Amino acid sequence: MLEITNLSKSFPGVRALDDVNLSLKEGEIRALMGENGAGKSTLIKVLTGAYPRSGGQIRFDGELINPTSPADAQRLGISTVYQELNLAPNLSVAENICLGDEDRRYGMIDWKAARQRSISALDRLGIEVGPNKLLGSLSTAQQQFVAIARALDRQARVLILDEPTSSLDADEIKALFSILKRLKDEGLAILFVTHFLGQVYELCDSITVLRNGSNAGDFSVSECPPDQLVSAMLGRELTAEMSHASVAQSSDEVVLQADKLGRRHMVGQLSFELRRGEVLGLSGLLGSGRTETLRLTYGAETADTGRLTVSGKPVERQTPRKMMQAGLGICPEDRKTEGILPGLSVRENLILALQSNRGWYRPLSLRKQNDIVNEMIAKLGIKTPDGNKPIDQLSGGNQQKVILARWLISNPQILLLDEPTRGIDIGSKEEVKSLIARLASEGTSFLLTSSEIEEILEVCSRTLVLRDREMVAELQGGELNEAKIMEIIAGGKA
Amino acid sequence: MKRLGPTSVPLIGLVALLLMNAALSPGFLAVTVRDGHLSGSIVDVFLRAVPVLLLSIGMTLVIATGGVDLSVGAVMAIAGAVAAGILVHPAGTPFANISGTPTMLAVLGIPIAVAATAGAFNGLLVAAGIQPIVATLALMVAGRGVAQLLTNGQIVTFTDERMSALGNGFWLGLPIPIWIAAACALAVFVLVRKSALGLFISATGASERASYLVGIPNKGIKVFAYLVCGLLAGVAGLIACSDIKGADSHNAGLYLELDAILATCLGGTSMTGGRFNLAGTIVGAILMQTLTTIILTRGVSLEATLITKAVLVIGVCLFQSPVFRAKLTREKSA
Amino acid sequence: MTLAVFLGLYAFAGFRYEGFFSLRVFLGFLGDNAHLGVVAIGMTLVILSGGIDLSVGSTAGCSCIAAALLIEKSHLHPLLVVAMLIPAGVAFGFTQGYLISKFSLPPFLVTLAGLFFCRGLALLLSTESIPINHPFLDSIKQLRIPFGGGVYFPFQAILFVMLLVAAGIILKFTRFGRTVYAMGGSEQSAHLMGLQVARTRNLVYALSGICGVLSGLIFAITTASGNALNGQGLELDAIAAVVIGGTLLSGGYGSVWGTFLGLLIFATIQTGLMFDGTLSSWWSKIATGGLLLVFIVLQRVIQPRQSRS
Repeated sequence: MLEITNLSKSFPGVRALDDVNLSLKEGEIRALMGENGAGKSTLIKVLTGAYPRSGGQIRFDGELINPTSPADAQRLGISTVYQELNLAPNLSVAENICLGDEDRRYGMIDWKAARQRSISALDRLGIEVGPNKLLGSLSTAQQQFVAIARALDRQARVLILDEPTSSLDADEIKALFSILKRLKDEGLAILFVTHFLGQVYELCDSITVLRNGSNAGDFSVSECPPDQLVSAMLGRELTAEMSHASVAQSSDEVVLQADKLGRRHMVGQLSFELRRGEVLGLSGLLGSGRTETLRLTYGAETADTGRLTVSGKPVERQTPRKMMQAGLGICPEDRKTEGILPGLSVRENLILALQSNRGWYRPLSLRKQNDIVNEMIAKLGIKTPDGNKPIDQLSGGNQQKVILARWLISNPQILLLDEPTRGIDIGSKEEVKSLIARLASEGTSFLLTSSEIEEILEVCSRTLVLRDREMVAELQGGELNEAKIMEIIAGGKA
Repeated sequence: MKRLGPTSVPLIGLVALLLMNAALSPGFLAVTVRDGHLSGSIVDVFLRAVPVLLLSIGMTLVIATGGVDLSVGAVMAIAGAVAAGILVHPAGTPFANISGTPTMLAVLGIPIAVAATAGAFNGLLVAAGIQPIVATLALMVAGRGVAQLLTNGQIVTFTDERMSALGNGFWLGLPIPIWIAAACALAVFVLVRKSALGLFISATGASERASYLVGIPNKGIKVFAYLVCGLLAGVAGLIACSDIKGADSHNAGLYLELDAILATCLGGTSMTGGRFNLAGTIVGAILMQTLTTIILTRGVSLEATLITKAVLVIGVCLFQSPVFRAKLTREKSA
Repeated sequence: MTLAVFLGLYAFAGFRYEGFFSLRVFLGFLGDNAHLGVVAIGMTLVILSGGIDLSVGSTAGCSCIAAALLIEKSHLHPLLVVAMLIPAGVAFGFTQGYLISKFSLPPFLVTLAGLFFCRGLALLLSTESIPINHPFLDSIKQLRIPFGGGVYFPFQAILFVMLLVAAGIILKFTRFGRTVYAMGGSEQSAHLMGLQVARTRNLVYALSGICGVLSGLIFAITTASGNALNGQGLELDAIAAVVIGGTLLSGGYGSVWGTFLGLLIFATIQTGLMFDGTLSSWWSKIATGGLLLVFIVLQRVIQPRQSRS
């Protein structure tokens, strides 16, 4: 029914999608999988007309289509339910279903008809929600059902669901799945974007995997064991027994200890220890809780259970400021909104953590700042004419280097790195890795997430494996190899 | 084209305006010595610019944190009312029971403290997560009422020499308000640029989440910015009140908050927070006053300044807008 | 909540001041504040859509003086003048909306410039107060609904109530109205739902512009004169009425009916102060500001709770 061939999308300097192919049949549920940055959301946005495409074709029922906006795609019969729900929380359920295409009588909206329509759309899903209720008063799952009802009301024949289960609990997921199965039987084609392996096996018929903007596999669910799927996503064959001889031995001194640290709806109770000079990895798929673990440890999110001890001293009610003063630093995953300070110069961005640590009344002199900045620019190979260029004019990789440098100059005891090498060119990747190794040998401890297993194996002496927001294993020494990690990650099937 | 420094655009504008006016009315730039102090149109321009200048400096800090303070005009009125009240303790006002001659410290210190408190109050509301426009709007509406309450709705005049010297006196040949403005500007500049406060203010305004992660106390920074803004509004209020030898609660500082926002905008500070430019703001404030003076001396009605200001602010904002810039460069390259 | 405050205040004033409960006083609420009410209706639309319009007060002043000049100096018929001024208000509001949508400039800044522009234009037209004498205007003044006992429902109150009902219907029963709510709730969602956000915003500001013009005309007719300084600070009173009426300043929640109650509270405070000779006029400012503060703090407390559920 829907046939995408050789679809490409370029942003300035980046090729986000490269000759991607995907097909969707009537009554098929296809999973779209891939790590962050693999191109899933770009694909959806191009498909629904939110982005113009750079090349390739989209056929719908054999006809070439060219949606120019989400509204246009809706008219054609392609509806999307976004992860961050694209509904108005301040309007009623009926309005959310009908708005944009309401029945009108004498130029006025016919609310009676709207309610009727929404009831019938909700009935089709087999759920009962009062059409007059305010959307914002419903649970996330119910809101999701309303979004699906809206799509059905628009005569959608292709339904795209972007990470629909990431904020639902088990019962709600069950309800959603039974609805999706019912729609499938009615002949709808569904594209299901997710990162939960188990759900793919439970619900889907086929899988398309993207990696780095290209097709990395096209499977039928029944013929694809989980480990094959994982390796397609992470880009490694399950063969070589990688060694990690380069990793230095750490001391026995525990610098960070988490005891049943957790937050509801975010990540289960985690307990782990980080030793001086150790590089501890956090493995797991996207959504497994690796980023959340770092954020909880740093106090960027408030933990509601558990205790955290830094260098033997307990830290109560963690906040970033307290953790920073205790000697931690973080390179967040979301560089644009949590990393850089747009509009400020490279220099200001770079010295910020150090200055923050010193307090406002002990400023670094401009000369000192320039010395530090020039040294770091040279050391990390940051491509900028000088420290005064606004950071938003740098490429993503260079921005990431500035943020790394921001922490390196303040000599933290423990660095939390969330995908530290994403979006950096190959050369700098190696530099960053060897930098981590060197700093570790000098006594800095690291807690590091990476979606590339290879990277974890290369730099970490020990790794924690997360699955479905729980810590499921701790691997070190001989156990720490690719096959084992993949096996544990894929074990989430059932 | 070589990149111009951030202050040079408004500065070029100011110089061009001054030169233009000097060409049109000879003697505009002439400074003569009269009664042992400097006098001339140019001195007058600077003198008149003082209240707006003081407000703009505070406003720049507030806007840099990503906010705005609409209440500065009202705070000016309150400060003036408190000062006059302490001096004159007129009947029918809350000051009526004070007796004796107050010390100058009380006359100046108490109003400024009150103004700073008002600013800190705004800051606390904003730090608690209330939108800045709204949080300061409440004080803008209520503040003028409070000022009128303090003066019982009258214009409280005074004859105190010490107080009127503040707005009308001279020191080393220059009007005292100019000295005060210079001192305040210098103090803020040193406080903000010679410590890391300026960096923290910019960081808060540029990205609150990113600053939070590097441990910058965003809330404290906001309270600080609004406090300084209130304090400077207090100083401006004292000068305005001393200038007319009375506290006019109804008109003191009326609409000056808008001028202060415009001056900040003209000075090249981003309206959405982040990078700020104190020197640019100062030039912007003087530029606006020059414009007003020119329009007045040229016999064009005062009203035209309002329209000019409106067009200026939209022009500057458009120039700052990335969409507009993109359009411009696209057309240039096409 | 707003209703409770209003009833409380009204009852308090009623028991305290003799004659406060009369029909005449209540109708006076609307008659004396119709100019504010009209502007507040436009402001409600703007705030619901997630914006703010600071220019309405000076739009009113500008239309007031323009009307006076056109009638007295150019000798145009008042109806013709209205037909000229309303498109001008639309054009002005639309331009503001366009600048905000197209270049994503902050609304408060654009409308602040609008405030300056209109006030300047008004003063440029004339700094003098110009009396208006036209038989047509006198006949408009006679357009009022008698309630018996010499009590009338004046024309400006009729206009206000008509606009109020019209705005209520537009907000509730048209796609435009619901889009206003949707974009106030979440602009991005509204866009993804396929709604025309930019066009709606332009229209909202244009409507607010019309409200400003109408308010100026009310000034012109009730005072039988044009003055460029009319409507100073009107925008602030309007915002206060809207917020006290329970509309969230961040947009999306609220209604014109709430604004109506907010206006009544505003009027009660002012009339109450008038009845009480001992309380001076500035108390109304303090009371309005205080109430405004209480309401925004309340909104702040309520808001996170809503988003959590």
